[in-house]
Amino acid sequence: MPTTYRELLQAARAEIEEIDATGAQRLLTDEDPPVLVDVRERDEWEQGRIGGAVHVPRGHLESRIEAAAPDRSRPVLLYCAVGNRSVFAAKTLTELGYERAISLAGGYTDWQRSGFPTELPRTLGPARTTRYSRHLLIPEVGEEGQLRLLDSSILLIGAGGLGSPASLYLAAAGVGRLGIVDADVVDETNLQRQIAHSTDSLGEPKTDSARRRIEALNPDVEVVPFRERLTSENIERILEPGWDVIVDGADNFPTRYLVNDASVWHDIPVVHGSIFRFEGQVTVFKPGEGPCYRCLFPQPPPPELAPSCAEGGVLGVLPGVIGSIQAAEALKLALGIGDPLVGRLLLYDALSGEFDEMKLRRDPACPVCGESPTITDYVDYVEFCSGVGH
Amino acid sequence: MSRVRIPPTLRNETHGAREVEARGGTVRELLDDLMGRFPTLRGQLLEDDELAPFVNVYVEGEDVRTKDGLETAVADTSTVILLPAMAGG
Repeated sequence: MPTTYRELLQAARAEIEEIDATGAQRLLTDEDPPVLVDVRERDEWEQGRIGGAVHVPRGHLESRIEAAAPDRSRPVLLYCAVGNRSVFAAKTLTELGYERAISLAGGYTDWQRSGFPTELPRTLGPARTTRYSRHLLIPEVGEEGQLRLLDSSILLIGAGGLGSPASLYLAAAGVGRLGIVDADVVDETNLQRQIAHSTDSLGEPKTDSARRRIEALNPDVEVVPFRERLTSENIERILEPGWDVIVDGADNFPTRYLVNDASVWHDIPVVHGSIFRFEGQVTVFKPGEGPCYRCLFPQPPPPELAPSCAEGGVLGVLPGVIGSIQAAEALKLALGIGDPLVGRLLLYDALSGEFDEMKLRRDPACPVCGESPTITDYVDYVEFCSGVGH
Repeated sequence: MSRVRIPPTLRNETHGAREVEARGGTVRELLDDLMGRFPTLRGQLLEDDELAPFVNVYVEGEDVRTKDGLETAVADTSTVILLPAMAGG
């Protein structure tokens, strides 16, 4: 015997729990609120939603609800426009083993009419949806992740070998704000590897040259240039705008130690990379979770032992590999996904074509992030790798 | 004999060798053997007869500072990596 829509709805309604807008509002402000799920279509969701809701359109409910609400013992509050689709959705969740699936009677319409707060979700819009489509297709990024990238701020120390690929990939990825600290001008010896610059930018400040390239690549990115060398005098000012991640591609020890100490004191993760000839190192120093640079190397080597950047040389593509890994790590940190290289140092040897991984541990006696720090102010180490050819 | 990986920044000291073999039951013995053959390495690795603060030594991927320092045991089959701080960018 065929069943009408009305009969089907009534039958479902008889089986599930419903709550009105006032009750729902009370439930949501509880100490232990339910997972709030919006089961409407995308166009409805884009026109406004209840704050804190996750969007699982009813058509994808069975396949996506576990990601949105992994704990079946935690109540789920479902809503649609007027409270009919959410009834069927609640029934489905019950069948899936959710202990308490509640439907919001009257739906979003009644919620709005009762004067409860709503919010307009941000969306990428058509142009950005196209530009970032290959990100949007990755479940770990998606529209929410892309919006997060557009909201993030990443500070690059150096626009040289490592900073070039890192800044270009971060810009292409749609990181909303990129700070670039570099005092140098583009030199002919840079062009063998520093791909953010080009022959027609010779003599130009690297911050200007990189900025031009980034803006041409992606107008979504705001470049904040700092045409200066990082020192104990300017570091607090440079950190002032607030950065989510620092990508350290500096070419000298004094800067590396300034960046490290600042990152510990300001609780900013640093994606660290360094290169020499055919070999590179990359790791993530995340305050509180893993070691810092000083746990690894408490002090810089004395000037006479520090390898000279200009003398050593570097294979042009090496910073491309290391700087790109740095960009990948920075994006993971900004998105909060994956396993960043915290407590792990990756060594890459281009000549042998091998990666090695070293374990890094926090040093309880570390002078900066240890139990009783002995360094509490910035240290300006003597400059020993002058600006030639880095 | 253990294999010791020489980082690019120290290869001038080992006449360009990327990896050398060295004998010793502990990191200290191993380094002594190495520094006996390549004397200029000493100043790059040790300070007051201890590991210099700008150098790390890894045995099987583990920092010896988190183990027994220079007294950390080294097996014949171990790969030892010397890792001085490197600043280039």
